Amino acid sequence: MYDFEFERPRSIADAVKALKTEEAIAFSGGQTLMPTMKQRLAMPSKVVSLTAIEEMRGVRQDGSGIWIGGATTHATVARETKDSYPALSSLAARIGDPAVRARGTIGGSVANNDPSACYPAGVLASRGVIVTDRREIPADDFFEGMFMTALEEGEIVTAVKVEVPETAHYAKFIQPASRFPLTAVFVAKYGDGVRVAVTGASESGVFRWTEAEDALSGDWSADAVDGLSAPDGSDMISDLHGTGDYRAHLVKVMTKRAVAAC
Amino acid sequence: MQITLSVNGESHALDIDPRTTLLDALRDHLDLTGSKKGCDHGQCGACTVHVNGRRINSCLALAVMHEGDEVTTIEGLGEPGNLSPLQAAFVRHDGFQCGYCTPGQIMSAKSMLEEFGNGWPSNVTDDLTAAPDFSDAEIKERMSGNLCRCSAYPGICRAIRDAAPDEGMHKTEAAE
Repeated sequence: MYDFEFERPRSIADAVKALKTEEAIAFSGGQTLMPTMKQRLAMPSKVVSLTAIEEMRGVRQDGSGIWIGGATTHATVARETKDSYPALSSLAARIGDPAVRARGTIGGSVANNDPSACYPAGVLASRGVIVTDRREIPADDFFEGMFMTALEEGEIVTAVKVEVPETAHYAKFIQPASRFPLTAVFVAKYGDGVRVAVTGASESGVFRWTEAEDALSGDWSADAVDGLSAPDGSDMISDLHGTGDYRAHLVKVMTKRAVAAC
Repeated sequence: MQITLSVNGESHALDIDPRTTLLDALRDHLDLTGSKKGCDHGQCGACTVHVNGRRINSCLALAVMHEGDEVTTIEGLGEPGNLSPLQAAFVRHDGFQCGYCTPGQIMSAKSMLEEFGNGWPSNVTDDLTAAPDFSDAEIKERMSGNLCRCSAYPGICRAIRDAAPDEGMHKTEAAE
């Protein structure tokens, strides 16, 4: 690791202040950032730990939805949404391994926007809103591309809000070594429409498969997906684990499985 | 940076570089060499310790982030002549060959039994609302963050199953 200064503020206001230093970086669970820093792929001048900020932790009922503090770990989300939103609980319970889930946070995951991360799919499908220290950003506008988000310099994800659907399921085709999804689909059915969010597939990160949303909004059944052609494989991630066309095929398969499991 | 780290119930004043991982602080500054450095990237689990009762990879944590937290390492569970139930069970069931991953396996297993007893779900739990079965599939899934190059997994599973009642996990009926 390159040398850095370290701060551990107790409030969001102090964290925002600490992040005004040039090249300062917000550090939540660190389960991605620590390896990145060790490989010297990140060179922050200052590391601002978000783990001591009480107001950024916890899971609360928020009207008809759920409010999740940005520094809430995957393990806590898995436990505390078990009854209120089982599909989201199941997503959180399948990220990485238990030690990673005890540290990694939802805020860190959405801010990083790894194209194969689980949370972006769950949040996008759940009509999520990303709450920051200065504004609220709908998930539709937040995830901008591979590792790209609408966040400005020094902006902190303080919470994530999701709407609880009538029914939902996260179908994850697991890459067994890394436990990231090779491709995964989160399907959420609301009274006025269906959302289908796909991760692990596109070169541009998480996306909504709108053709499937339209088909499923008209006919809520796994068969409704049959008539669709899979999304274009040429825009999909191609690596040693699978070609773009293979991932495109998986998008359709996992969508069907998700609907069937609802 | 000057920090105070509480490890196994003892408070230690340290003057360390902010880059020091919790693992390096334990091993190089406090001479607690039970926690092992395997991959140093959060993939193998050899460095597993407890922070405030939860298992984490100490290689993926900065020591300076853990001021005020209670850290428990393998040295805090038991010692030669006075082994904890899990430590004794690993010996009894040959839950290792070279032993390098063992401290991490045991720390992870201890947390796992507690999580189990509290009804936490896992990737292989079918019904999220019922208490999970104490099956081998559940044990394997919940221990998936700890790798063993010697492949002593059958012994590890047996040891965990055997030690479960003595480690205070209440739900222990085998359901295989």
